[in-house]
Amino acid sequence: MAEFRHKDIIALRDLTKEELELLLSTAESMREINSRDIKKVPTLRGKTIINLFYEASTRTRTSFEIAGKRLSADTVNITPSSSSATKGETLSDTALNLLAMKPDIIVMRHAVSGSHYFLSKYLPHCSIINAGDGAHEHPSQGLLDMLTMKDKFGRLDGLKVAIVGDITHSRVARSNIQGLTKMGSAVYLAGPPTMMPPGVERLGNVTVCRSMKEAIQDADVVMMLRIQQERQGKTLMPNAREYSRYFGLNPENVKLAKPDAMIMHPGPINRGVEMSSAVVDGDQSWILKQVENGVAVRMSMLYHVCGGELE
Amino acid sequence: MSAETTVILDGSGVKRALTRIAHEILERNKGVAEVVLIGIRSGGAFLAEEIGAIIKVIEGVDVPIGAVDITLYRDDMSGQLPHQAVGKTEIPLSLEGKKVVLVDDVLYTGRTIRAAMDAMMDYGRPACIQLAVLIDRGHRELPIRADFVGRNVPTSLKENVAVLFDTNNQPLEVVLEK
Repeated sequence: MAEFRHKDIIALRDLTKEELELLLSTAESMREINSRDIKKVPTLRGKTIINLFYEASTRTRTSFEIAGKRLSADTVNITPSSSSATKGETLSDTALNLLAMKPDIIVMRHAVSGSHYFLSKYLPHCSIINAGDGAHEHPSQGLLDMLTMKDKFGRLDGLKVAIVGDITHSRVARSNIQGLTKMGSAVYLAGPPTMMPPGVERLGNVTVCRSMKEAIQDADVVMMLRIQQERQGKTLMPNAREYSRYFGLNPENVKLAKPDAMIMHPGPINRGVEMSSAVVDGDQSWILKQVENGVAVRMSMLYHVCGGELE
Repeated sequence: MSAETTVILDGSGVKRALTRIAHEILERNKGVAEVVLIGIRSGGAFLAEEIGAIIKVIEGVDVPIGAVDITLYRDDMSGQLPHQAVGKTEIPLSLEGKKVVLVDDVLYTGRTIRAAMDAMMDYGRPACIQLAVLIDRGHRELPIRADFVGRNVPTSLKENVAVLFDTNNQPLEVVLEK
């Protein structure tokens, strides 16, 4: 069995296939705790986890908070509106101040790609978990997506996974590409050319498709991405209606995928833009299962970084 | 494996010990009413299946069997690097009011049993918890004793006792490694 010796989880790119398998297998075991009457184990008793969210989040932050609490850690949430960041404090100063409170793990979301690597250098005795950094990675989302696929298919090897939407701005897409290609899945990308990063095929078994149809044809998994209106200028797409016509998933084009294909979305959903409501609420939708798996995956991540080697 | 190993219980010896334990469990609990067998992963879980099968032969009743992985309840988590993989815990029913028989292969410091008992309490309030072990090798570090013992084996701290299983998880033999 593989061992997990990292103190941080910043990007799935940094992990081996064996380490990913270990994180997923532990998550499967953690799931049992969430179905009990007493949803708590004493594993991380006495550990302190700080959730430091510089960007808005409901699902991820709540999920990390619940995960920490179910492992008996003490979790504290810090959001920019209530912190000194709005008063001009730098990330490194914030980090050093937090360190004075002796946290064991900092879970951070930040708009700047790679900021976690910077933070990790400042905090050699504290584990850092990335809850999303700019347009880089969102490892917990990638892992929970893989766990959900594994639930249905029992494997990741040989799956055709279509990812459709704004690939350029999507850290969810990057983490999925990094993770899935390591596990042997084939990833097909589709989106407006203005939202397709050049050279993305170099990341592994990744195919950039000329149309959405080509990507979702016979796919086992169709993952739709949110149009991130807060991140892009107005120039990337003419309007939501046109986007929806070419890159929206609806009851018609969903038939191009395999009959038992699973439909996924990292949330929050813009209903009627990237997906029609009929698909969101349809039989093939695994969106709520993704959220449920999020807690188990994050418990697994917290558990394994605590056993990692501090510098 | 170490240089010197001695077989202290062969396959049929293991079978006889488990049969006796099964009879003792039935005698102590006056049958199988409310009895649940919970094996401690990994060895104990295989032995719980064995004992369950023997009880089925004797009484003709299927006793509920579960398995517990105690990794998340260990008392040495903060000093242990790296954290090991977590196995699946499968408790088929609420343990509220049940007579839980914990099954493990080797009883040593007692710390594993302490962790397993804590885990049991998180699944309801059992009427009682009993402990069945194939081998008791001594050296307890906690006030814990077994109710049903296959074989007492006095050991030194340098030795190791291992219960070996075949690929079908059937117990093969018990060896003492020096």
